Order: sequence, then structure tokens, then C-alpha cells
Amino acid sequence: MRKVSYPYLGNATITFQKLMKALGNDVVLPKRPTEETLSLGTKYAPEFACLPFKIVLGTYIEALEAGADTLVSTGGVGPCRAGLYTTLHEKILKSLGYDFEMITLEPPGRHLRDLIASIKKLVSKKLSIADYFRIGRFVWKELQLLDKAEKLSHKIRPLEVKKGETTRTYKKCAELIAQAQSYRDLVEIEREIELLYEKIEKKDIDPIKIGIVGEIYVVIEPAANLEIEEMLGDLGVYAERSMFLASYTFYNAVMDLFRMPGERDVKKLASPYFKEMCGGHGRESVGNAILFAKRGFDGVIQLSPFTCIPEIVAKSILPKVCAEYGIGFLPVTLDEQTGKEGLRTRVEAFVDLLAAKRKKKKMNLGKGDVVYGTLSGY
Amino acid sequence: MKIGIPRTLAYYAYYPFINTFFEKLGLEVAVSDPTSKEIVDAGVEDAVADACVPIKLFHGHVKNLINRVDYVFVPRLVSVNREATFCPKFLGLPDMLACSIPNLNNMLEVRIDIRGKKRELFLTCLRVAGKFKKGFFTAYNAYRKALISFKDYTNQFLQGGIPPLGIMAQKKSADIKLGVVGYPYMLYDPYVSLDLIKKLIGMGTYVVTPEMVPEEVKQKYAGKLRKTLFWTFSNSVLRTAFHFLETGCVDGIIHVTAFGCGPDFIVDKIMELEARERNMAYLTIALDEHTGQEGLNTRLEAFVDMLRRKRKVKEAAML
Repeated sequence: MRKVSYPYLGNATITFQKLMKALGNDVVLPKRPTEETLSLGTKYAPEFACLPFKIVLGTYIEALEAGADTLVSTGGVGPCRAGLYTTLHEKILKSLGYDFEMITLEPPGRHLRDLIASIKKLVSKKLSIADYFRIGRFVWKELQLLDKAEKLSHKIRPLEVKKGETTRTYKKCAELIAQAQSYRDLVEIEREIELLYEKIEKKDIDPIKIGIVGEIYVVIEPAANLEIEEMLGDLGVYAERSMFLASYTFYNAVMDLFRMPGERDVKKLASPYFKEMCGGHGRESVGNAILFAKRGFDGVIQLSPFTCIPEIVAKSILPKVCAEYGIGFLPVTLDEQTGKEGLRTRVEAFVDLLAAKRKKKKMNLGKGDVVYGTLSGY
Repeated sequence: MKIGIPRTLAYYAYYPFINTFFEKLGLEVAVSDPTSKEIVDAGVEDAVADACVPIKLFHGHVKNLINRVDYVFVPRLVSVNREATFCPKFLGLPDMLACSIPNLNNMLEVRIDIRGKKRELFLTCLRVAGKFKKGFFTAYNAYRKALISFKDYTNQFLQGGIPPLGIMAQKKSADIKLGVVGYPYMLYDPYVSLDLIKKLIGMGTYVVTPEMVPEEVKQKYAGKLRKTLFWTFSNSVLRTAFHFLETGCVDGIIHVTAFGCGPDFIVDKIMELEARERNMAYLTIALDEHTGQEGLNTRLEAFVDMLRRKRKVKEAAML
């Protein structure tokens, strides 16, 4: 039996474990990245590799040490370099003397045959079409539920009366979802999640709203972004991120298969400022920032790994976009040196600025003046 | 009508084509001044802080031109062949400039997406000519002349010269042959590269760069990686390195890269691992706007000395 492992990505890690098991594999569950993971990755990765590359390399080493013999990850079509990571990860790990097989799941649109071959390697059990359907439906529902629980937590955290209650509830929900064994369980859990969140005592205020855009791994994985969403929630801010795993997978795998452009609105919004697809999520960052502005958010935080090319392009465009739409902008670059306290200071200052701006806007409106002045969070 | 051409990025790879084309269209061509401290500083001022040196430089060169020409030529290099595109920063370059440089109103943005088809290249040229109200025949003539000029340029490289640096031929008797790989805008800009190539030649070595290796030879190594790289220049560098490694036609390889270059951390690591496997001497030089002459000299001298010593040991063993 294959002993499969894969990169850690938030709660989806558990879902993927269930999927791999259902397909008849043994799983070495990747550990949540810690400082040791990162320093392992940093030690063997090239200096200019981005943070996700280093974290994933560290995770792979830990998994291989724990006995994994197969590593599964996703590919890509570029021009963002992440599509080539598995190639380089494999080369580095082999040069360190590890013996394993690397399986890269390429997007189906352009590599359908490769993808099918890769998936075949991962099916170690005889399964009927009904089984595939059952597994697929379960996994999809579970991913959606995880996203739902997380979205609710972001909405409610800034309103909570008792500090920490939302985080506790969220952890409980994640655990419930992780224990689910069938589709029926998941449907029941969905109702329970809503109930649990309803029970939290809430204040009646209109919190500062901040949209989070940027590179997918650092946006989705809290261990990579120093739990910035929790940090914002604790400051009484409603933070909403632009990307969730289930919808991302849907857009980039399913839509791509039928050659339909994903996230059409976002790209359209970005196009006056950003005319070319440049890989990664550069253009989506710009488009989503505009979308947040249109929905009345107070500011945008861009999370990017140091040396991430598409996000650098976006970063030179975003200040102008945010100024034109009159919302605050804070770029956050993450690497292995970024400390949580330093980040907290910057985020706190940013939130203060936004609050001050909102107050000023309200006062000026009271006097019947025109709102002027923009704020760029440098 | 005066067209300004920034002396960096696409310039070093394609300037004979670009310059000839605009000249033959009947326009006046002004190339920005050679890179200097002022240009770098001007670029650093407006470019986003974590961009690589070439991108900062491009901002500087555009600012150098902005007030003395009618249009500043800013190419959006998307693709020249079917297998790859350019680095994302090249794809987003005009958008970055439009947002970072205040008062840039005279940008001549040209999207170059020719996928290796001559027809597409001509159509692009025709579109540009149309912007200046030049007819089909003028455009065709300029396009033909530009192609000839470019061909001549690539031939000079193949014969051992390095035209952007004014090197027409190198001494064939040099004892050490060095492969120097990197992107044209790093290798051939004397300011950014701190005149690295001339220094190496001055030390009595023979330098071979990716442009000096024929395209057919590079193509032979296209299948060396399981997945082709996404970027045109990177493929050229990596295939050249594979050519050096597999044939052993050089004594050592120097990789010249920009600090924080996105694609290069992959290219550099692959070359480093492959070179180690084959016992080939390999040196990475990462340059940015702060790199000093002395430090670079020391490293180059040490590397060449080591290669000479290695050669002596080898020769002694053969006797």
C-alpha cells in the first residue's frame, strides 16, 4: 500500500486524508507547519524561494521522515513559478537522498491525460462508479462546510462579547466536520454549525471591514500568514478573504476543463488597471480589491510571499486603485523572518487609520461637506 | 516624431530589430542613456521596493526619456515562441509603469504575442506602423530591414563576438573557457553587471554566453526536464547550461542573476544540482543596485584561479 503525504493546507488537510483513504491508500498526515518546518525548508530551499515553497519543502521532509513514500501536490500552467515547484522539490529531496514518488496533479484543461494517469496511480482499490460518486460528493460537501464554518467565524468574531468564544466554536465545528463519515453526517453537521454560531452572544455594531487579497497559499493557510484573520477579528475587524479552497478548486479545475474563464467579474474589474493575465493571483488581487471597495469595505490588505512575482506586479498597481476608490491599502510581505508582533503593530496602526478615516467621513457628512482625501496604508 | 527606447530588458535581446524598425519607418529614435547611478536612483524612487533590479532600472530609463521624446516605447513581451511566455513582470510591465510613474502620458504600449509565427510579428509591426500613419509598404520594408539587422546581430554572437559590449572577437588561445549564463539584460548591461564579462576576458578567459550557442543546439536539451519552464529567457539559460554540462566544453559555469529574480531561484537551483552531479565548477553571482566592484572582483578572481589550478592538476595527472 502506498503511504501518501501532501502539503498541509488548513482544514482541507483532513478532507484530503479521507479522500486518499477512500481511494485505498495509507496516509501520513502532514503536520501543521511549525517554526521547525519552516527552518527545515529554509535550510534546503534556494534563498529566493518564496515562503510557500519553503514551508511545503519542510512539510515534505517531515512527512518523508515519518515514512511517506509518495508525495502528492498540484501543478500549474504558469507563468507563475508555483507550477514548477514539484519539479524542483523532487530534485532537492532526491539530492538529499530520499526515495519516493512525486505525483503532480496538473489542471485538467491542458493536461487531462497526465491528470488521469496521476489519479490512476493513487487509486489502490477497486471502486465502482457509484463509489466514485459517493466519495466525490462527500469530499466536495466537506470542503464547502469547512469554508462555511470559517466564513461565519470571520463574520462573528468582531462582534463577540466574550473574547475567544468564536475561535472556540470554530475549532469545535472543524472537529465535528473532521469526524463526519458520510454525506448524511455532513448535512446534520451543517445545521449544528449554524446553531452553534447563533448561540454566541453578539454586540450590535458595524465593525471596520477589511478585505484580504493576495497569493493563495499565504491567504488560505493561517500558519503562513501568522493568523492574520484571527488577529483582525480580535481587533474588532470583520475580515473577509477573497479566496476559499472549494471555490478556487472549482474555478481552476472544473471551469478550466470546459475552457471557461473563471472569476470573470473579478478579471473584468481589474482590466482597466491590469490588462494581462500574468499568472498566480496578481490580477485577481487587483480585481478583488475593487470588488471589496464597491461593497463598502474600509480597506484592503494584500498578503504576498517575499519575491512573489505576480503579487509584485499587483503591488505596484494596488496603491493607485485603492486611492481611486478611496479605501485604505496595506501590503504585507511574508517570509521566514516575519514576526507576529511586528505584523500586529502594523495591522493595529492600519485599523486605527481606517477608524479615524471613517469617523472623519461621518463628521464631514454631517456638515454636508464633500468627503475628500484618500488613505494608502504605508 | 521621436520614439524613446529604454536601454534595458527587451532592449538587450532585440534592439537591432526595434531600432531598425522605427528608423526605417522614418521616425527618429532616441535610446535612453547608458545605465548610470542617476538612472538607477530614479528607478528605485518610483518602482515598488521588492521588484528586481531590471524592473527598477526600466522605471529609471523611462524617466530618462519621458520629457525628451514624443513616445516612450514600452513593450509588453508576452511570447515569442509556442512553448513559453516571459516572466510575469514583463507581462505586467506597462500596467506597473502606468501606476508607478506619475505623469507618464506618452507610453507607446506594444503587446508582443507572436508565438513564433512570422505572420504575427509582421502584423504587430503593421499595427505599430498604423499608429504613426505609415502605409503597408513602408511597414513591410521596415520589417524586412529589421529582420536582416537582427539576423546580422545573432550571427555576430555565433561567431564569438558580443556586439552589445562592442566585443567583436575573443582570443582563441585562452586557457580557460567559461560559460557565463544569465538574461541578456543582466549580462550585457555594463553598469548592472559591473562589466563582469569584460573583466573575465581581461583575466585571459574565453567567455561563452547563451546567445553564442546556436538555437538548434539548445533545442536538443529541451526534454531534459520533465516539465518545460514557463519563461523564454529561462529556457535559453537552462538549455545552454545543459549543453555546457553534457559536452564539457567549458571549464566552469557562472550564473549571473538579479537579486530576488522570481524565475531564477528555480533555474539556479537546477543548474547547481546538475553541476554538482557532474563535478562541474559552478558559481552564482546575484547582483542588485548595491553590489560593489571589489567584492565581485575577488569572487571572479578566486573562481578563475581555482579553474586554472584544477586544469594544472589535471594536466599533471595526464603526463
